[in-house]
Amino acid sequence: MGTDVLVIGGGNAALCAALMAAEAGASVLLLEAAPRELRGGNSAHTRNLRCMHDAPQDVLVDAYPEEEYWQDLLKVTGGRTSEPLARLVIRASSTCRGWMQRHGVRFQPPLSGALHVARTNAFFMGGGKALVNAYFRSAERLGVRIRYQAPVQRIELQDGRFVAAWVGDERITAKACVLAAGGFESNREWLREAWGRNERGEWPADNFLIRGTRFNQGTLLRHLIEEHRADAIGDPTQAHMVAIDARAPLYDGGICTRIDCVSLSVVVNREARRFYDEGEDFWPKRYAIWGRLVAQQPGQTAWSVIDAKAVGRFMPPVFPGVVAHSLPELARRLGLDETAFMQTLNDYNRACRRDHAGHFDHTVLDDCRTEGLAPVKSHWARPIDTAPFYGYALRPGVTFTYLGLRTDETAAVRFGGQPSANLFVAGEMMAGNVLGQGYTAGVGMSIGTAFGRIAGTRAAAAAAAARGREVQHALA
Amino acid sequence: MRSLDPLIEEARALADGQPVSSPSAHSAEGEVARVLQICNACRYCEGFCAVFPAMTRRLEFHRADVHYLANLCHNCGACLHACQYAPPHEFQVNVPRAMAEVRGRTYAEYAWPAPLGRLYQRNGLTLSVALAAALALFLILAVALRGSLAGTPAGSFYDIFPHHLLVGLFAPVFGFAALALAMGLRRFWRDVTPVTSGQPVSAPASAEAAGHVLTLTYLDGGHGEGCHNEDDAWTLARRRLHHLTFYGFLLCFAATGVGTLAHYLLGWAAPYPLASLPKLLGVAGGVSLLIGTTGLGWLNLRRHPLHGAPAQRPMDRGFIALLFLTSASGLALWLAAGSAALPLWLCLHLGCVMALFATLPYGKFAHGIYRTAALLRHAVEKRQPNPVGLGAD
Ligand SMILES: Cc1cc2nc3c(=O)[nH]c(=O)nc-3n(C[C@H](O)[C@H](O)[C@H](O)COP(=O)(O)OP(=O)(O)OC[C@H]3O[C@@H](n4cnc5c(N)ncnc54)[C@H](O)[C@@H]3O)c2cc1C
Ligand code: SF4
Ligand code: SF4
Repeated sequence: MGTDVLVIGGGNAALCAALMAAEAGASVLLLEAAPRELRGGNSAHTRNLRCMHDAPQDVLVDAYPEEEYWQDLLKVTGGRTSEPLARLVIRASSTCRGWMQRHGVRFQPPLSGALHVARTNAFFMGGGKALVNAYFRSAERLGVRIRYQAPVQRIELQDGRFVAAWVGDERITAKACVLAAGGFESNREWLREAWGRNERGEWPADNFLIRGTRFNQGTLLRHLIEEHRADAIGDPTQAHMVAIDARAPLYDGGICTRIDCVSLSVVVNREARRFYDEGEDFWPKRYAIWGRLVAQQPGQTAWSVIDAKAVGRFMPPVFPGVVAHSLPELARRLGLDETAFMQTLNDYNRACRRDHAGHFDHTVLDDCRTEGLAPVKSHWARPIDTAPFYGYALRPGVTFTYLGLRTDETAAVRFGGQPSANLFVAGEMMAGNVLGQGYTAGVGMSIGTAFGRIAGTRAAAAAAAARGREVQHALA
Repeated sequence: MRSLDPLIEEARALADGQPVSSPSAHSAEGEVARVLQICNACRYCEGFCAVFPAMTRRLEFHRADVHYLANLCHNCGACLHACQYAPPHEFQVNVPRAMAEVRGRTYAEYAWPAPLGRLYQRNGLTLSVALAAALALFLILAVALRGSLAGTPAGSFYDIFPHHLLVGLFAPVFGFAALALAMGLRRFWRDVTPVTSGQPVSAPASAEAAGHVLTLTYLDGGHGEGCHNEDDAWTLARRRLHHLTFYGFLLCFAATGVGTLAHYLLGWAAPYPLASLPKLLGVAGGVSLLIGTTGLGWLNLRRHPLHGAPAQRPMDRGFIALLFLTSASGLALWLAAGSAALPLWLCLHLGCVMALFATLPYGKFAHGIYRTAALLRHAVEKRQPNPVGLGAD
């Protein structure tokens, strides 16, 4: 007996699609590249979902209406978004939680240190891995067959219709297919190619760390765009990138490697110079710009420097900082030029308005700003003068890439402007339709959930139609 | 701050199957500090239990903090299955196991008198030796007193073992167990009080902690659907079976207490009729304990291999088995009333009870004492302002 719906991928988008297809009565086979213990892709590293709501709802306070969500998205993407698709995601985010709960996902009030998102984001109890576990369990209960360590290398199409997928030498046919195999962020060669060589002769991407799974190689993305001429959207250098601890593992460092002290610190590059306003806004709002900022610095490295006054006012880092009892000593320990470092720090310290130091408040946009310093530090600018001093090396951490397959509200993959009748796409593989650039926390899971559910439903319908045709053929 | 680099190197080495040489690998406390430093930067598991909110009040994890947090952990497994850094990730985060390993050490370390703390290390052996010795004692006594165990049953237990003899045997053992547990508790309390705000216990804190103890709140997964046993599915079985065991034990204890009062105040001698209070309590407690321990034993055998500390499995199983034998022999004794097997069952039952009490301070029972204390300190600590001010970030 052939499979109705083949789902490729094992993260949130794939699981949402598999669950919806199975609920619609289709027989479903899910192929996950990773082994069971590493299943779930980047989704296993997530913690929340951005949700529209017009009134307080279980774990969400106040209201977060459609318009505000849309404006937030418009702002971060600088207009590189499709309004109809974005609005579809936003509306879906307000109604999906009941369905998620029925499949075993549990929500909890926001975590300490993340209270600022109590209004906009619903947190998964235990995080994304618990969500993925719940979905896999539910899928198995619904009869979805799951195969691990089954990376799909290519697919066969006929006139824009899906025919079969290849895992090694094995050919797997199905009546419809959902592509939900993530972005290409773990494909180092592709990143290298996309980012190219800079004016210093460096290959910046060689110094990037990947925050999520090692299995998102973008094999199918490239295969569809290059060999099947599927319509693509987005720019390969656009990705969600944050500044993370330079000692993070190459893959799967997840959330804990982030460095949260930037807004309280002074950040210098390899030349020991400052290059951006560290105190521009609250850290979560600026969090996603620092990866690109650091990527533009020589050696794609920067150092965040704090003094004892900042300790305990930011999320504790996973690795201990480099500690020193004087600033020159810190410069030496960090391997930075001592003279240049002292000049930067002295200039900075002098520019902090001492009469305002008493107004320092890391919980509000305070009026501690530097004067006569370029770049300015607009808030929380206090002199770095109290030993011990700590330094944290930063590297760009890629969360996920935005280049993807163009689609529409049916989640169909498009070839030369024509939607496929039975090939659909969801999640990171098409997130670029909504997120041309920028990011706002929790929207990745909103996109994957909305489009995963649509893709699953559509794929089940396409399979049912194909089944209908088979019956007609048999009768004729 | 503790240096994490060597620990991570070590985790990598472990994951690669290489030998680990750093001393921290041999320190259970060091491992808890290592994993909690990762958790503190992650915090995804904050909704599961009291350990994580307590953790967020700290930036460093010293010995006493670790002892406190380890005893606050209920080994529910939730944070292992939800962990993005669980093995095979190179960070090798396994909070329940790290906690269980420290917990086992705290029982031994706080035990009184100190040299007896070593009994924890060979707990399975200790239990069986204690049981065998106690049984032998009762059999020898019975033979000595009656000439024959298989003699015609008498109407009263006290014809087999005179009441004063039983009191003379049990009172010192029971008294010693209570004293040893109290001394261990005192040591633990003194160690963890300063690191948990140092504030004294208040009535609301006690009420809250008592509620958590009596309902086993932290086996509910934070959402009321239970904890893990063999896999990532939620189950309420552990919580329910633990309740049956715990309340069954209390009922049996109450039955003995009421029986003792009946004996001294009312001059009623055992065995009591079924419709009497001690009997009702004893039968209900015995049945509850029997079901509870059977279930817990079954769950323990099917437990996920990454949960808990493998070295402590004999301790868990030994204690469950002893409770099971105590309840089973007690019920058998009741059913054997009036039959020729009564003296034999009586010896068996008394032997089990004796072994149970003799090993209480040096076995799994201690977890109830230390966990209650940790929950109480947690209830006190959480009422104090958080010393770590992360702000609205
Ligand atoms: C550290 C981190 C934290 C994040 N936090 C959040 C958050 O809190 N909220 C939020 O909304 N977003 C967050 N994101 C972004 C979010 O993870 C993604 O937007 C979302 O998970 C995308 O889901 P997906 O199903 O498309 O991809 P993934 O979850 O990455 O799943 C892709 C799946 O495809 C499989 N796969 C890849 N190639 C193949 C192949 N050839 N054959 C078969 N299978 C294949 C992979 O193994 C994987 O299972 C975070 C990302 C990271 C890395
Ligand atoms: S157990 Fe794992 S997922 Fe949970 S808080 Fe700790 S590091 Fe994070
Ligand atoms: S095992 Fe359960 S009780 Fe222990 S720390 Fe993890 S979630 Fe908390």
